[in-house]
Amino acid sequence: MLGENGAGKTTLMNILFGHYQADEGDILVDGEMLPPGSTQAAISAGIGMVHQHFTLADNLSVLENITLGTESMWSWHHDQASSRQKLAGLIRDYGLVVDPDVLVADLSVGERQRVEILKALYRDARILILDEPTAVLTPQESERLFATLKSMTAKGLAIIFISHKLHEILAVSNRIAVLRRGAIVGTLETAASTREQLAELMVGRIVTRPRLSAVKPGERVLEISDVSTGATGAAELKNIDLVLHQHEIVGIAGVAGNGQGTLADILSGLRKDFSGSVLLNGKMLDAGNPRAIVASGVGRIPEDRHARGVVADMDIWENLISEDIRSDAMCRAGFIIDGNRARARAETQIKQFDVRCKGPNAQTRLLSGGNMQKLILARALSNSPSFILANQPVRGLDEGAIAYVQEQLLEARKRGAAILLISEDLDELMALTDRLAVMSHGRLSSALPTGERSIAEIGLMMAGHDDRGEANMGSLTNGH
Amino acid sequence: MVIEPRESVSVWRAGLAPVWAILASLIICAALISWAGASIPKAYFLLFKGAFGSAFALNETLTRSIPLIFTGLAVSVAFRAKFYNIGAEGQLYAGALAATFFGTGLITLPPVLMVPFLVVMGALAGGALLLIPVLLKTHMKVDEVVTTLLLNFVVLLVVSYLIEGPWKDPASLGWPQAASIIDEGVLPTLLAKGRLHFGLIIALFMAVIIWLMMRFTVQGYEIRAVGHNARAAAFSGINVNRTVIMTAMVSGGLAGIAGVSETAGLKGYLTLDLSPGFGYTGIAVAMLAQLNPLAVVPAAIFLSAVYVGADAMSRAVNIPTYIADVLVGVSILAVLCSVMLSQYRIRWRA
Repeated sequence: MLGENGAGKTTLMNILFGHYQADEGDILVDGEMLPPGSTQAAISAGIGMVHQHFTLADNLSVLENITLGTESMWSWHHDQASSRQKLAGLIRDYGLVVDPDVLVADLSVGERQRVEILKALYRDARILILDEPTAVLTPQESERLFATLKSMTAKGLAIIFISHKLHEILAVSNRIAVLRRGAIVGTLETAASTREQLAELMVGRIVTRPRLSAVKPGERVLEISDVSTGATGAAELKNIDLVLHQHEIVGIAGVAGNGQGTLADILSGLRKDFSGSVLLNGKMLDAGNPRAIVASGVGRIPEDRHARGVVADMDIWENLISEDIRSDAMCRAGFIIDGNRARARAETQIKQFDVRCKGPNAQTRLLSGGNMQKLILARALSNSPSFILANQPVRGLDEGAIAYVQEQLLEARKRGAAILLISEDLDELMALTDRLAVMSHGRLSSALPTGERSIAEIGLMMAGHDDRGEANMGSLTNGH
Repeated sequence: MVIEPRESVSVWRAGLAPVWAILASLIICAALISWAGASIPKAYFLLFKGAFGSAFALNETLTRSIPLIFTGLAVSVAFRAKFYNIGAEGQLYAGALAATFFGTGLITLPPVLMVPFLVVMGALAGGALLLIPVLLKTHMKVDEVVTTLLLNFVVLLVVSYLIEGPWKDPASLGWPQAASIIDEGVLPTLLAKGRLHFGLIIALFMAVIIWLMMRFTVQGYEIRAVGHNARAAAFSGINVNRTVIMTAMVSGGLAGIAGVSETAGLKGYLTLDLSPGFGYTGIAVAMLAQLNPLAVVPAAIFLSAVYVGADAMSRAVNIPTYIADVLVGVSILAVLCSVMLSQYRIRWRA
């Protein structure tokens, strides 16, 4: 199953495994209806799932982890010998070598994944779901996994292998279902499909760019030069350079966890442990000081609305003053909140940004996702920032809200703001940006005018190939 | 069984939750009273009469509520920031130690200055004690529930050492108690009869101040924001660690004042039985008040009435006074349940 992040792959699999319940539709296993919303029903129907984030208990042994939950809570007897025997059989049959008596805490990531697979097999799974199984593996471990999977299908198992990496899907599958924005957009025989064909299906046809009006870039607004945060780790920045001008939207494409979050944290004032320099309108960025950064003309749209964007248990007006509460405009004598003025401003902002709510005193938790994002836009954009950091600004929103957020960004661009748009949605980046850079393993490519690189090229760069599109995955793609 | 949040909770539903809880706990305790062989209406009547039925009873109930208001405020401020200070008992004794250190003759000021001076010193001592757990939490992520709770016993042992040793009052005829607070430092009584003292005025004043702070100031805003969502607070530019430390200073300070008030207002000198667990009961007060500083006052008076009334009731109908502890314990559990039920509904589903 192929699809970009957020296409709905994991949601679909969670429905299949009974974690979520679908609003409508049926699931048939061997011609029998699967009762919705029941993990136990899914397991007894022979479905096994290996989650992207492992669900193992570190303080238990491999054998204990595998048998956990398979025995009745009310039985006194614990038949270790037979479970040990069954596990030994599985290990032998599938070549999933792991010591049953070792603590899971002492295992490598690859070994833990084997334990997860064994756990599913131990429950007599005949349909195995693997959610992004290679995300945590080294190329060598991935290759071993692929070999194991092939031997499993040879023994009659059905496997759903979920990934957003084209070469893996091509290497391991017999058939490919492509998921985009929650819908299956194609099912192909692997032997008859090409990489380009799949890439196009996965990201969709390139949307024309009607809305980006021709405006000449102006003065330099943001200059990031040689910023690094640490030597290793995919999310640590390595010598980032980037310049943003007025009237310009620059996009950063990339798979989550490749350093975009770190860069966003630095620009939002949440991190100050970095080398290199960040200049905003010619002045040094006040690193690690969000309020000073906002006051110097930065609007920030955080990646996770609920976790970072708002305090859901506070009122709307309180969330609207969170960034400038200590300013003279919002408080008297330095510590008494000017509630009347704050509510009056909130009233204006709610109107201006069309936040659908009962008023400034309404609780923020009652807002829908789109309205919550409008609230954040109101806070970030209403005093005309010269630089806007938009980190996944439309993730999880419905079409109407997406259009609204994008319009606001284009409006700000017209006004003269420089905008950094971080997104995993290539359609969005292609439609909205003037220039586009790709981030992978903490490195940022040059930001070329959008359209100079093809979608396929960008996809390859996201997967870690270098700027010239040359493959450096080596062993992973060879031989398959 | 599915527990799902209610879309909107009316002020009435939220505000009445503790009332339902108290009614429920009275019903549950009625079973215990009848098990003990007493008449339920009579027992509750005597409890009420013992707490509010006479000028003396009312006086006693209010006197007993003073330390509970302070510790209740201390806990409610800390819990608002999700800083779980279980150490109000220890901070109370720290305040009492400060009152004893400065108030038994070391410094003599006129009463108008001496009383505020002792209050400030007690608050500083309570805050200073809480500084240890809060810095361990903010800098080393040590769980504050454990450290604040265990510090209570450390402080009690220090008090025990001091009043059996270096601070022992030579005039105490061998009793383990410290010297008396000098007359200038004693909190005046409010009425001609009874023990009700000026501590009540300070407690009510602090309740209003804390309420104003939480509701109208930047500091109160930041405490609430950190408590509700520390990551969003940090994103908006609030220094989370500094806010938690400041919250702890306020919380420890309030509990410290409870110690000053008991030492300089009620007992007159420091003993080991200065507090029969006021710090812990303060948690119950704060929960009952749903962390609202103004609601702390009636909650403290209610719990104080339960203790005072249970004393009178047990003498009259021969039920152990422990019924008061049971009633308080059950009412806390009932409050937690009813607060949850006011925010969520339970639905049964096949």
